[in-house]
Amino acid sequence: MSDSELPSEPPYLHPDYRSTVLRAPRRELVRLPAEWFHHSSGPAYGRIPVRPEDADLTRQHRGEPLGERIIVSGRVLDSDGRPLRHTLVEVWQANAAGRYLDPVDDHPAPLDPNFTGAGRCLTDDEGRYRFVTVKPGAYPWRNHANAWRPAHIHFSLFGTTLASRLVTQMYFPGDPLMPYDPILNSIPDPRGRELLVARFDLDTTEPEWALGYRWDIVLRGRRATPLEAG
Amino acid sequence: MNPTPSQTVGPFFGFALPFEDDANAVAPHAAGAVRIEGQVFDGGDEPVPDALLEVWHGEQLARCRTDAEGAFHFTVTRPEASAGAAPFLNVTVFARGLLRHLCTRIYFPDERAANETDPALGRVDPERRYTLVARQDAGILRFDVRLQGEDETVFFAL
Repeated sequence: MSDSELPSEPPYLHPDYRSTVLRAPRRELVRLPAEWFHHSSGPAYGRIPVRPEDADLTRQHRGEPLGERIIVSGRVLDSDGRPLRHTLVEVWQANAAGRYLDPVDDHPAPLDPNFTGAGRCLTDDEGRYRFVTVKPGAYPWRNHANAWRPAHIHFSLFGTTLASRLVTQMYFPGDPLMPYDPILNSIPDPRGRELLVARFDLDTTEPEWALGYRWDIVLRGRRATPLEAG
Repeated sequence: MNPTPSQTVGPFFGFALPFEDDANAVAPHAAGAVRIEGQVFDGGDEPVPDALLEVWHGEQLARCRTDAEGAFHFTVTRPEASAGAAPFLNVTVFARGLLRHLCTRIYFPDERAANETDPALGRVDPERRYTLVARQDAGILRFDVRLQGEDETVFFAL
């Protein structure tokens, strides 16, 4: 699949996002024929542990985390719109105050002893994933003066081939910080940016309990064979 | 359907993506195991302390986060040559500042004849092929990833 078919991918070099300046490769990537990858099996992630409780980020500690409880759910599909069954989805995020548990994060917002902010699950027979968590807070970063990241959840997926590997971020509808975010706006096409914004969904929302967001994910590539189910 | 666009892994994945023994797809002393060590450097020749590398071949996946020196290591079963192609390992590189991940390959220095006729290496400028071949260094196989600069590693578009 050539870059011209992917108008929604960000470039490597996007100077508004300062960290790209010394890290984006400057030479042209060497293109290998796509068919070399359609038949290569994808990464086997069987060693990555996935326990049932990993999909509920609000129940990983003794107490409940602070914040707005949410459900994030959707389907994982291939480029033909077919569901990817039993494929690994990994997520990580800041807590409701906008602080990551990661020791690298020095934002002076409180940690929550009841929230780690990391989860994993496998999609079901229809390619659906579902996480229960709290809505992450916005947080400042030092990219430019008064820079704030919009609320987001990081996602990592493997799919079935090398070409389908995806690490991305999901954003929340109506977040006023999105127009100012150089990471989201590295995607040149507004339709591409919209693909990263979840929608509020009353059907996913559970009464008296948690707001629901829907976000479908499409991985590049097609299934190598009808039998391959990820 | 339009594929979902990529976004950077950011700097804060270290508490979430590593898993137990992630860098060792096989035990380091298992028959046929090969250990590879290396460092990731940016365009200022500084080590990249917040990259995540994944290596896989066949059923094996190794994942390794770089340390303060940009260093990583992993152990997998050494790949075998397939029809008409030299043995290699697929490597993906994620980091803050990489809006999309990068894909490269590790070839082996003791496979010179096979490397010379490998179809993927054949698509690479001969002057740059060395960036894809690990080097033997005091009994250790080393493979560095240079994101930019004169010795920029060859990355592949899939």
